[in-house]
Amino acid sequence: MSVAICRVYAVIAALYLVLSVCGCATTSTVKFAPEVPVMHSVSEFSDDERVVDIEDPWETFNLNMYKFNYNFDRYFFLPVVSGYEFITPTLVQKGVSNFFSNVGEVRTFYNSVFQLKGKKVLITFGRFATNTTIGIGGLFDPATHFGMEAQNEDFGQTLGHWGVDSGPYLVVPVLGPNTLRSAGGFAVDAGIRYVIVGTIDPFQNVKNGYIILGGISALEAVDTRHKQKFRYYESGYPFEYYMFRFLSNKKSELLLMK
Amino acid sequence: MNHLRLVVIFWICLILLPVTGRAADDGYGYPIPGSYEATILGTPDNLKLAPPDKIAIRQLVLNVLPDIKKPDVFFYDKGLRCTLAYQDKKAPLVFVIAGTGAGDQSQNVVAMMKSLYKAGYHVITLPSPTYPNFIISASYNHVPGDLTEDAADLYRVMETAWNKVKGDIEVSDFYLCGYSLGGTQAAFVAKLDEERKVFNFRKVLMVNPAVNLYNSVMRIEKLLDKIPGGPRKIGAYFNSMMAKFTAFYRRGDFIDFNDDLLYAVYRSKLFSHVEEGGLIGLSYRISSAGMIFSSDIMTNGGYVVPKNRSLSATDPLGDYFLVCVHLSLINYFDEYLYPYLLKKWPELTKAEFIDSLGLKGIEGYLKSSSKFGVMTNENDFILAPGELDYLRQLFGERTKVYPRGGHLGNLEYRDNMTYFVGFFK
Repeated sequence: MSVAICRVYAVIAALYLVLSVCGCATTSTVKFAPEVPVMHSVSEFSDDERVVDIEDPWETFNLNMYKFNYNFDRYFFLPVVSGYEFITPTLVQKGVSNFFSNVGEVRTFYNSVFQLKGKKVLITFGRFATNTTIGIGGLFDPATHFGMEAQNEDFGQTLGHWGVDSGPYLVVPVLGPNTLRSAGGFAVDAGIRYVIVGTIDPFQNVKNGYIILGGISALEAVDTRHKQKFRYYESGYPFEYYMFRFLSNKKSELLLMK
Repeated sequence: MNHLRLVVIFWICLILLPVTGRAADDGYGYPIPGSYEATILGTPDNLKLAPPDKIAIRQLVLNVLPDIKKPDVFFYDKGLRCTLAYQDKKAPLVFVIAGTGAGDQSQNVVAMMKSLYKAGYHVITLPSPTYPNFIISASYNHVPGDLTEDAADLYRVMETAWNKVKGDIEVSDFYLCGYSLGGTQAAFVAKLDEERKVFNFRKVLMVNPAVNLYNSVMRIEKLLDKIPGGPRKIGAYFNSMMAKFTAFYRRGDFIDFNDDLLYAVYRSKLFSHVEEGGLIGLSYRISSAGMIFSSDIMTNGGYVVPKNRSLSATDPLGDYFLVCVHLSLINYFDEYLYPYLLKKWPELTKAEFIDSLGLKGIEGYLKSSSKFGVMTNENDFILAPGELDYLRQLFGERTKVYPRGGHLGNLEYRDNMTYFVGFFK
């Protein structure tokens, strides 16, 4: 996933410009009369604790990124994903998902090692070995049927495991809701992956191998979005940003306990 | 994530739970005795009917009120979202109205849609008039709660949806149903249909309806009276319940947020009866917060957002969220809806207003028409004392009352679903 997403970033800068310009164009210029004091304001409830409160010093940036991701999804990413889902048989989609999950076992493996989690190391190794061989290069997932449940570790969790604070909430372009720690961890995992791929260099004897690699990365990005059900603003709930911020933070906090 | 598709995942997802329980010996197999537990847990998967093998669905985005001006803060709202499930042959069409704060894809709506589809009906699901998307895109006055106005809005939506699909599907008859608040609204929509005669609904089913919204809201709000410090401390309550869940998670041998974890929460009796009630009250507050905010913005009402303030797409809304969660629907009725109606009918007394929030005003019609049916439960906590008998009086033997199930907890139980679908036969 990492490399794929990194490549997608190249496209983003340009799109962001375009979309921000579009955004500005639609900004309302309606001017209301002077504001009038409100019937119920926040000071009235200052004797209670705040709900779903997560520290968010970069809220303005995050809200903008949240909106940007919505537009990126709407005008680019999701149409591509829909096209992929339309032309590809479900069985093939499943195989693609399995393949990239299997590649992702490498990340889980070394991060489990970093965290000295022996059981996870063994299970992940077992999964990778099983699915790469019996699962025909990872296209199938027999390991789960054999009782080896998928584990999930990344460098962000490794940092958390060794006591690094999660840092502020951060909505990353395309990737979506993160914390500074998880976003940093993602970058490290991407770097490690880059080095591994560069070392193995699977297409060294193929002419224009980098194009194939790029295609694989793009496919991975599409597969990643295909697997995610989340759609920005889909709940229609005006406070979705706050609920989602809370839930995603809480979830990663809980996962870190394991 | 329906409005709470966006719900507080840790509690409301309890609905996924597989439960094994011993049924009381009354010939009814729904296993969960408690009203609150049933409401939160719903129906265990193994007691549901099998879903249809495949279902043909199209998302409708309706431009119901073409002249509407949407403020920037709702920039993502592109029109009213409804869902059509269509047969490839001539069949009756059932409209389904969602309950309080729910959209066209909420769990209960989808369950009804699938069962109806499997039985051979076309289905169009409609969001509740209390759902933000509806308030913004389909409500003429943007103030939900008045049953007559809501019915007119719903009727307009149904006509718009029908106009959009009638070239593509063959329909023999029209039916109508709704659950919770949507059930109550279905009665008013049917009444309007007697005058307008666009659909001539042959049958109308109300599932766990409120008899009077004001009474029901009072009862839901009471659930919060018992939390420490009362409803004003709902934020502290939320946080303490969250801490409780976190501690539970830390202790146990869980990894994923799956059925096993939720099952464990249920079995461990982590939350007391009063706490469960509080969680139900809290989830209603979270839902109504979205409604209050959306309406206030659309009307420039000055209730929680200062009048004449223009919010942009990326303005922080956290403070408004906090305020809205602290306001009950009783606040909304008394301070927002009632004054709004007073502007139209200056003579309207408080008692008349409260009566207008229920079935009483159209009881003559309901009694005289044979097209209605009701399904509800003995222990549905949104019904005030006497209201169940009132339903029996109104609808006679077309009232189906189950001994338990809380508020909609047993909706997906196989007996209930069989009865639900069979009603339209």
